[in-house]
Amino acid sequence: MNPLAVVGEALRALRLNRLRTALTMLGMIIGVAAVVLMLAVGQGAQTTVNQAISSMGSNLLLVVPGATSSGALRSGAGAVQTLTMGDAQAIAHLPSIKATAPINTGTAQLNYGANNWSTSVTGVTPDYFVVRAWAAESGALFTEADLRSGTRVVILGQVTAKNLFGDEDPTGKTIRIKNSPFLVGGVLTPKGQSLDGRDQDDAVFIPLTTGQRQVFGNQFPGTIRFMMAQARSAEVMDEAETEMNRLLRQRHRLSEGMENDFTVRNMAALAAVATGAAKVMSIMLGAIASVSLLVGGIGIMNIMLVSVTERTREIGIRMAIGANRRAILGQFLLEALVICILGGLIGVALGVGGAWAVSLATDMVVVITLGMIALAFAFASAVGIFFGFYPARKASALRPVEALRYE
Amino acid sequence: MPSLHPNVFEDCLIRVENVSKIYSLDTSGGASASVNSQVLFDVNLVIPRGQFVAIMGHSGSGKSTLMNILGCLDTPTSGHYWFDGRDIAALSDDELARVRNHNIGFVFQGFNLLKRMTALDNVATPLLYAGVSRAESRKRALALLDQTGLAKFAAYQPSQLSGGQQQRVAICRALINNPPLILADEPTGNLDTQTSREIMAIFQMLNREQGITVVLVTHEDDIAAYTQRLVRLKDGRIVHDEATAQ
Repeated sequence: MNPLAVVGEALRALRLNRLRTALTMLGMIIGVAAVVLMLAVGQGAQTTVNQAISSMGSNLLLVVPGATSSGALRSGAGAVQTLTMGDAQAIAHLPSIKATAPINTGTAQLNYGANNWSTSVTGVTPDYFVVRAWAAESGALFTEADLRSGTRVVILGQVTAKNLFGDEDPTGKTIRIKNSPFLVGGVLTPKGQSLDGRDQDDAVFIPLTTGQRQVFGNQFPGTIRFMMAQARSAEVMDEAETEMNRLLRQRHRLSEGMENDFTVRNMAALAAVATGAAKVMSIMLGAIASVSLLVGGIGIMNIMLVSVTERTREIGIRMAIGANRRAILGQFLLEALVICILGGLIGVALGVGGAWAVSLATDMVVVITLGMIALAFAFASAVGIFFGFYPARKASALRPVEALRYE
Repeated sequence: MPSLHPNVFEDCLIRVENVSKIYSLDTSGGASASVNSQVLFDVNLVIPRGQFVAIMGHSGSGKSTLMNILGCLDTPTSGHYWFDGRDIAALSDDELARVRNHNIGFVFQGFNLLKRMTALDNVATPLLYAGVSRAESRKRALALLDQTGLAKFAAYQPSQLSGGQQQRVAICRALINNPPLILADEPTGNLDTQTSREIMAIFQMLNREQGITVVLVTHEDDIAAYTQRLVRLKDGRIVHDEATAQ
């Protein structure tokens, strides 16, 4: 029997049992749709993480205050501000470091006309924008001169700008931060979510000096909350970390055996951890989804076994008129395969549709690639062949006389 | 009329030598508790090409088993069966399927047409298994239905046809590969007298005009009367073998 005729016979048999075919296919459809959807969500999570990492800026090291102890009194990290502007300047002179960005933060109420918005206010130096690779979308960033003179100028994040100004252009307008007037210098380009899930665009930036004097009310002038340092290249990250540790221990007069009162964090290592976690999550989602594909496959085997029993007499007749074992095997295997391929196609369509719906309904990022569609499809076909083979073998192994006698 | 017991075997289509068939029925006790029942005892039968033979016997006489062996649907437990000069016992499953497809046409009591397939597709199916393309198969099947006056039923499904029409479609299916042998297992068992007569006339015509060897199982004497030779089985043995009074 030529292959085309076998396909025809299989399609005919499936058409005769429409409801059963549809129900069997449903298992396949759900399985494939689940795999596509889960892969899309997992890939989306990875993409989100990768975007967050690249939005952080490249080759970054973070220096935060660490635990301190004075005599028997021990304080947790951040309780005492141990880092100073001097530390930042000293680190900036290290050979492996390109720039540093000392940072102070606080939260304040912002007003513009009748609108108000409470958000994080960050005191930074112009280098901050260099380190973070963050440019102004409109207006201009503040300068070293602004920093020196403590100008009341503010740079807005996208979200804050929208909440205070709506569609109005904020540049050149005056807003109030804790009731002090600030001139809006410009609006930053959007950055999106950070690794810890904060919206980086919901923030405003002012010169560090202005912040220390007028907004944060710091009791120790010259101290900073934390700092970012940018290494000259990815290769010197480890070297920079060692140099910074040595320099800061020296500057903080920590004798040997004393704990660091600061922590240097290598953001590249952190990014690797986050990427790894996202990858594990997407693998896990895929694994869970493939269980439903497996269940769908078992459903196919079940139905095919019933079908073989039910059609024993038909198989007997076909053998009597000249069907050999291969023709019977091919017919039943093909029926399973057709169910899987049709189910797979519908499942892929449903999975893509579902992923699209998820991206509309939530703010989750979903990513669909041709590769994952091909993977789901190949998996479905493999399931069809694997679970279709046993029933087909059973059908082809029937003895013609007994099959013919079957009522 | 051809001679009944030819001394030379060259012209015989079927030669059965000392064929026995034993069924072992496995009971729930396992292999040791199997019960053997012998259905055929040392049967010898020679059927020359072009003969019209009736095999008669009560139920349980072994006539269906003999028929299955003749039709290459089953193999003997011992003894030899030469079909057209080939030893059937030496053939593989696939070769048996090929013999059934090319050399034997089956006609059953219950018609055994494939349900929910048109008469045309039923007749064409053996050609598909012979490797003929679907279009060519259908063309040849339609031509055959046309010859037998069934062309108007080509698109009907078996359930839409009368018993006589179904059996005539089944005969067409048996004939589609031009086999030298037709095996008919109680072909008129489900039909009324008038239709039975028509079906028997077809077999007679095929035998006389096309020289097809026809072996027929029946338990009705008036059906056996259409044939040239009567073989009677009883308890797995041939007890009677003679020319009919035709």
